[in-house]
Amino acid sequence: MGRRKRLAQMQSGAEGMVSLPALLHRNATQFGDAPAYREKEFGIWQCWSWAEAAAEIRKLALGFLEIGVEKGDHIAVIGRNRPAHYWSMVAAQMVGAVPVPLYQDSVAEEMAYVLEHCGAKFVVCGDQEQVDKVIEIQQGLHQVKHILYTDKRGMRKYDHSQMNALDDIMAEGSAGHARFDAELDKRIAAITYDDTCVMLYTSGTTGKPKGVVLSNRNVIESAKNSAEFDHLTRNEDILSYLPMAWVGDFIFSIGQAYWCGFCVNCPESADTMMTDLREIGPTYFFAPPRVFETQLTNVMIRMEDAGKLKKRMFRHFMDHAKKVGGLLLDGKPVGFGDKVKYALGNMLVYGPLKDTLGYGRFRVGYTAGEAIGPEIFDFYRSLGINLKQLYGQTEATVFITVQPDGEVRADTVGVPAPDVELKIDDKGEIHYRSPGVFVEYYNNPDSTASTKDAEGWVATGDAGFIEEGSGHLRIIDRAKDVGKMADGSMFAPKYVENKLKFYPDILEVVLFGNGKDRCVAFINIDLTAVGNWAERNNVAYGSYQELTSHPRVLETIKSHVEEVNKSVAADEMLSGCQVHRFVVLHKELDADDGEMTRTRKVRRGFVEEKFHDIIDALYDGSSSVSTTTEVTYEDGRKGSISATLEIVDAPVVAAASHKVAAE
Amino acid sequence: MLDSSEGYVTEDGRKIGGVVMEMKNITLRFGGVVAIKDISFDIREGEIRAIIGPNGAGKSSMLNVISGFYVPQEGEVWFHGSKRPQMRPFEVAQQGIARTFQNIALFEGMSVLDNVMTGRLGFMKTNIIQQALWKGKAEAEETENREAVEKIIDFLEIQHIRKTPVSRLPYGLKKRVELARALAAEPKLLLLDEPMAGMNVEEKEDMSRFILDVNDEFGTTIALIEHDMGVVMDLSDRVVVMDYGRKIGDGTPDEVRNNQEVIDAYLGVSHD
Repeated sequence: MGRRKRLAQMQSGAEGMVSLPALLHRNATQFGDAPAYREKEFGIWQCWSWAEAAAEIRKLALGFLEIGVEKGDHIAVIGRNRPAHYWSMVAAQMVGAVPVPLYQDSVAEEMAYVLEHCGAKFVVCGDQEQVDKVIEIQQGLHQVKHILYTDKRGMRKYDHSQMNALDDIMAEGSAGHARFDAELDKRIAAITYDDTCVMLYTSGTTGKPKGVVLSNRNVIESAKNSAEFDHLTRNEDILSYLPMAWVGDFIFSIGQAYWCGFCVNCPESADTMMTDLREIGPTYFFAPPRVFETQLTNVMIRMEDAGKLKKRMFRHFMDHAKKVGGLLLDGKPVGFGDKVKYALGNMLVYGPLKDTLGYGRFRVGYTAGEAIGPEIFDFYRSLGINLKQLYGQTEATVFITVQPDGEVRADTVGVPAPDVELKIDDKGEIHYRSPGVFVEYYNNPDSTASTKDAEGWVATGDAGFIEEGSGHLRIIDRAKDVGKMADGSMFAPKYVENKLKFYPDILEVVLFGNGKDRCVAFINIDLTAVGNWAERNNVAYGSYQELTSHPRVLETIKSHVEEVNKSVAADEMLSGCQVHRFVVLHKELDADDGEMTRTRKVRRGFVEEKFHDIIDALYDGSSSVSTTTEVTYEDGRKGSISATLEIVDAPVVAAASHKVAAE
Repeated sequence: MLDSSEGYVTEDGRKIGGVVMEMKNITLRFGGVVAIKDISFDIREGEIRAIIGPNGAGKSSMLNVISGFYVPQEGEVWFHGSKRPQMRPFEVAQQGIARTFQNIALFEGMSVLDNVMTGRLGFMKTNIIQQALWKGKAEAEETENREAVEKIIDFLEIQHIRKTPVSRLPYGLKKRVELARALAAEPKLLLLDEPMAGMNVEEKEDMSRFILDVNDEFGTTIALIEHDMGVVMDLSDRVVVMDYGRKIGDGTPDEVRNNQEVIDAYLGVSHD
C-alpha cells in the first residue's frame, strides 16, 4: 500500500468507510440480495439479506430514538448470539450510542459492576433470565432508564412502563419514521473514524474488569487487514456461537462480516451448536482449543465403539494422514503414491469425518486463547483442515500475530499481523503497536497509562521470544506468572500445565512452585474422557468426587505426570519445573466460584489462596489432606463439599545440571 | 371467594374465570374397594388446580375419572356446563383434554419430533392414502402441524433432542417430551399425573417453570397430581386434599396448609 494512499486513509477511513453503518449501507446497496444473517428458529434456518438486515437495523435505530437514546449513551447488550442482538449493536452506533456487550452467564454482582461502571441507561436483554438480573441490579443502581428484551416469553406480567420488547420498539420506530428520519440521518452522517465503535469488558485474571474502548478505526482497520491476510470474501459462512462480549466475536461476526459482506449464522440454542455447525458447514471458523479437544475426544470415543473393519480402516488412513496430510496442506512436495493413497483416504475416511464434524467446507480457521496440544492440532491439519493459530488481545482488537498459510506449527503463534510492530523488552515481555491499539480503558486513565505508553506501544503481559530464522513468536507464559525457583532456575507454570493438559484425561492443571525448592500441582480430570474409560473398564463410581479419588484414576494420572516430567527434564532451562507431588482435585475449577475467568483461564492467585490448606499439605509431606470447599450453585446459592484428598508422589528425573532430591 | 361463579383473582394478579369442570358427588368402586367416596370439587378456567394426598389416597383414580378413563358408579362430571356422557378416550381428547402419565407412555423407538407430532393427530383430516402419497393437502397439513409442533419444541427448550429417539433420553427429558406431546393437542384442560416424580431438584425447578409458563402463555387450565408438597404449594392456585378416597380439604395452599385434618393425614395422629 502506497504511503500516500495510507495517509489519505488516516483521515477518511478505509476506502471511505468510516463506520459500521456506512459498511452496512455499502453492502445493502452493492449486494443487497446476498445473505447477511441466518438463524435457526423453529427448526428452520431463517435468512435475512443485507438489504433486509439494513431495513431491520434502521427500524431498530428509529426505535432507539423513540425511547430517547442520546448521543454518547451506553447501551448494554446481554444475550446469546442472535441477529437481533448484533443489530442492536449496529443500531446503537447509528444513533451515536456506544454498544457494550456483556457476558450472559455472569452473575448479578459482576454484571452490576460493569453496568455501573459504563453507566448504561439502556439494556437489551435476551430473555426473562437476563431481565430479572437487570431488575435486581437496578434496585441498587437506579440508572437504567429502559429495558428492552428479545424473547417475549414469560414477560407479560412485568411492569412495562420502562420496558419493551425489541419488536415493539422496532414497529413503533418504523411507524414514527417521518418524525425521526432526519435526526437519524444526521446522527449517522456525524459518525467519525475516531468515534467509539464498541466497548468491551476484559474479564481480567486479576482485579475488576476494565472497559476497553475501541474506535471505528481500530475495528475497521483490523477487519480489513485480517480479511486481506486470509483472502476472506463475501462468500464465507461463519457460525457465531462464542460469547458476544468477547472481542473475537465482535471482530468476526461484525467487523469482518461487515467489511467483507459475508454471512453470520446463529445457532438455535447453545445446546444445538454441534448440529448447527454440521448443517452450516462454515468456511471460516474460530474456536478455542477446548472445542477442538472435545470434538476429538468424541470422535475417539465413538471409534472405540465402532466395528473392527471400520476401526482398522480409520487407524490405517489416520496414520497415513499423519504422515502426509500436513505436508499436503502446506503445499510441500509429497510422492505420487502417497498422494493417491491420501485421495483414497479422503474418500473413505477424511471426507466423511470432516462432514460429520461440520468441517466439510472449512477453508481457514483459527484457534487461540490457550495453547493447543500438538497432537490435536496435527490431527485436524492432517485431515486437510486449514487450522491455524493466532495471538491476540482485546486491547489489540484481536490481532497481534497470525500464522500465514504454509508456515503453520503447533508451538508458535505466527508472525506479526499486517501493520503490527512487535518488540520484546529486556524482561522478556512482549510489546506491540498497531492500528488496532485500543483508545483507552473507560474512566481509568491510570490503567491506560500503565498499559499503553506515549508512543502507542502496549504491554501484553505475556513473556515470549521471537524465534531466530523463522521470525515466529513463541509464548512462554504470562509475564507475571514467570518466576524463579528457590535455586534461581526459571519457573514457567503454563509450560508444564499445557504439557499435562494435552492428555485427554486431564482438563485443567495448576502448578505451584514460585520461590520454592520444587513444584507441586493441582489436577482436574476430564469427566467425559475418564467417565468413558471407567465405563469401558467396569470401574463403578457414584459422583465426580468419587471418580477423582479412584486408585486406578490416580495411577493413570501419575503415569501422565511421570511422562511429562521426563519431557520437562529434557529442557535445560525448565527442568526445575518437574512435578514432585500432586492431588486430583475433588471439584472442577469454575468461573462461578471465582477460580476461573469467564473465558476459562485459571485465576492463579485466587486458587492459591482458596486451597492453601491443600498446598501446605503438598509441601509438608503428608500423604492425604481433608478439606472443605465452598461452591456456588447455578442459581447463586452457596454450599460446601468436604473431601479427603490423597496426595500422590510422582517420580522425577534428575537433570545433569540440576540437583534433585530423589523421592 | 369460592362461592362466586364469576371466578377470582390470584395473589399474583391472574384472573381466574368460571367453572370449566365440575365433579359432583363422585364415588368410584373397584369391586368392594371404594377408591373415591362422594367427592365434589370444581376446576376453573385458567387456574392451576392440584390434587394431593398420601399414597393410595385415590389421586390417580380421580385423574382417570376426570380424563374419562374410569366411569364412576355414582355422581356426575360436568364439563363446560353440560353433563358429560360416558366417553371413549379419543372422544375426551376431542373435547380438549390432554394428559401426561405417571410412568411415561411415549413411543420409545420414535424421535422426539415424531412423538410430539402424534399429539397433533386430532388436527389431521387427510386419510392414510393421501398421507402416504403426501401430495397437496397432506403436505400442507403436515407443514402446518409441524409449525405448531416446532413452536412447542422451542417453548419447552428441547431443540437439541428433536431428532433423538426417546429411548436414549434421560428421565427428566422424557417427562418434558410427554408434556410437549400433551401441549401439541392444544388442550383446554391439561392433566398432569405426578409431573415431578423421580426428578432431582434442578429438573423439578425446570418443570415447575414450564408448567407456570404454559399456564401463563397459553392460558391453559391445569389439573395436576403431585407428591412433592413444596412444589404443589408454590405452583397451584387451589388444592384438593384426599385421604383414603375422601376429600379432607379444599382451598388455597395457605388454607390447606393450616387445615388440621390435612396436617393429621400427612403427619399422622397419636392414638392415645
